[in-house]
Amino acid sequence: MPATHRAAARRLVIPRYLRQSVTLAIETRGLTKYYGDVRALDGLDLEIASGEVYGLLGPNGAGKTTLIRILSTLMHPTSGEAMLDGLDVREHSEKVRLKLGLAMQEAALDLNQTGVELLQLQGRLYGLRKREIEQRVEELARLVDIGDSLGRRIFTYSLGMRRRLDLAAAIIHNPQILFLDEPTTGLDPASRHRVWDEILRLNQVNGMTILLTTQYLEEAEHLAGQVGIINGGTMIAEGPPAELRRYFGGDVVVAKVDVDQFPVSRLGTVEGVQSVEVVDGSLVFLVDDGLRALGPITVALAEQGLPAEAVTLRQPTLEEVFLRLTEKQPSQPPGEPGNGG
Amino acid sequence: MAGDGAPGLRIEARETGFTRDLMTISWRSIRAIPKERQSLIPAIVIPVFWLAVNVGALEEVAGRLFPELDYRGFQLPVAVLFAVTGVSRASALVTDLRGGYFDRLTVSPVSRLSLLLGLMAADWLLATSLTIPVLALGWLLGVEFATGLAGMAVFVFIAGLWGIAFTGFLYAIALRTANPSAVASGLLLFFPFAFVTTSFMPRDALTDWMSTAAGFNPVTYLLAALRSLVLDGWDPNTIAIGLAAVLGVGAISLSLALMALRGRLDPA
Repeated sequence: MPATHRAAARRLVIPRYLRQSVTLAIETRGLTKYYGDVRALDGLDLEIASGEVYGLLGPNGAGKTTLIRILSTLMHPTSGEAMLDGLDVREHSEKVRLKLGLAMQEAALDLNQTGVELLQLQGRLYGLRKREIEQRVEELARLVDIGDSLGRRIFTYSLGMRRRLDLAAAIIHNPQILFLDEPTTGLDPASRHRVWDEILRLNQVNGMTILLTTQYLEEAEHLAGQVGIINGGTMIAEGPPAELRRYFGGDVVVAKVDVDQFPVSRLGTVEGVQSVEVVDGSLVFLVDDGLRALGPITVALAEQGLPAEAVTLRQPTLEEVFLRLTEKQPSQPPGEPGNGG
Repeated sequence: MAGDGAPGLRIEARETGFTRDLMTISWRSIRAIPKERQSLIPAIVIPVFWLAVNVGALEEVAGRLFPELDYRGFQLPVAVLFAVTGVSRASALVTDLRGGYFDRLTVSPVSRLSLLLGLMAADWLLATSLTIPVLALGWLLGVEFATGLAGMAVFVFIAGLWGIAFTGFLYAIALRTANPSAVASGLLLFFPFAFVTTSFMPRDALTDWMSTAAGFNPVTYLLAALRSLVLDGWDPNTIAIGLAAVLGVGAISLSLALMALRGRLDPA
């Protein structure tokens, strides 16, 4: 089967409500990128509505950073189209740059400048006037929340301070579209929540469209209205987090039992059970329909002499969905362009 | 609140223009110079050392061979070339490339050409500034400009121009490799320029092969132009040839740097 057909057959997308009526801030069609023989993106199709926070999930090497670099005009695709606010990023790169902001995976700062100097320089590069720069530096100083340290040279900053300054530099010109490449990687929980709050505020108050890549499922669930899961350079699932959980995960039944030495494979044949494993001393069943499966599971446990202390029914976490999907869709090994990703 | 701005006054990006971009990038580079004072020490010490050593070692010999020659004035342009050659923000560019800050600059709507020329403008300013201590030492040693203050200004201008003509090679290496060792090695390019020429003696005193090789070296004509300003008085023909030699080297190095910049900004 040709690569494109295989990719299309694998891709499972939850339709977005009122898709016809939304204005697209970001759109890619058949976006493909090769590094030599290695395919980083494989015909990626993506649509992100204006004013949306979109979380892009994927394992290392899935193509997330490559996508961000193409969309932010830092790199050209091998083939396919990428558009920001209706403008082709390659043909209209200068206009596109006025609309976007980018915070990269590692804070991209000039460590010899002070925080203020860096922000002032950014403001000048984006054509802001002196008074506008002063106003924005004052506003962003509160976001950066590093007090008088903004006047210190950046090499004295902690990692968290650098990441927050990097975010401030990315938004000094109030971009319409903001790309955040793993914005909280390496941050402590307090710093991470502060960045989360700012991302939500930028979206809710300023209407900024935000595409963020992350490896933290919790982050995507907290911030994003839409989530895409990318693997091997192709989109394998997309939709609101809750629907992804429901659609791809089925239900989860957790039975607290004494499972030491018990061969759990004997429970895998119970009707409606997709898989079973031991997690933290409990049996975790992935089932098609939780309500229907509860009875057979309880009976099967009793028959095996494993009376359950408690049986609970819940939806799968996004992490469970992610693992399930990415395990089913292994990344394409390097140097095999015809494998269909 | 961040990003709101005053009511009815939304702050957003707008196109800037080449001149403003050039000034912005230059200003950033110039402001960085005092923060890297340690890098200026060799640029000041080495030319002073060369002038002192060459004059001390060769002045008597040269005086016997060329009794009319003011050897201190003859050596001053060589010392100045050592001061201005290799003055470059290429190492800082490598740091930007490796640290991701160059990406931040290129994501902005800044003019691509200004990313390079802004650095070179700062180099020119620094290179011309570095001629001052060498000229001051020359003055202390009794060197006088036959063309006066105006000639000294032309001397400094041409020397600074050579500085940025040579630095184009270093930017080409920096943009192509993003490797600090490669940039440092790039200074070795100066050795054939500096020594296969009339650095120590007039061309008449060189062996045949050395004189022939020096004839192909643009620095020979650059030194001739600079020396004419110090020793002989106004000689438009020699100055024009020296200037043309510098511009020729500059055209080659700048073309290489621009090709490297294009390769960096437009990766296939």
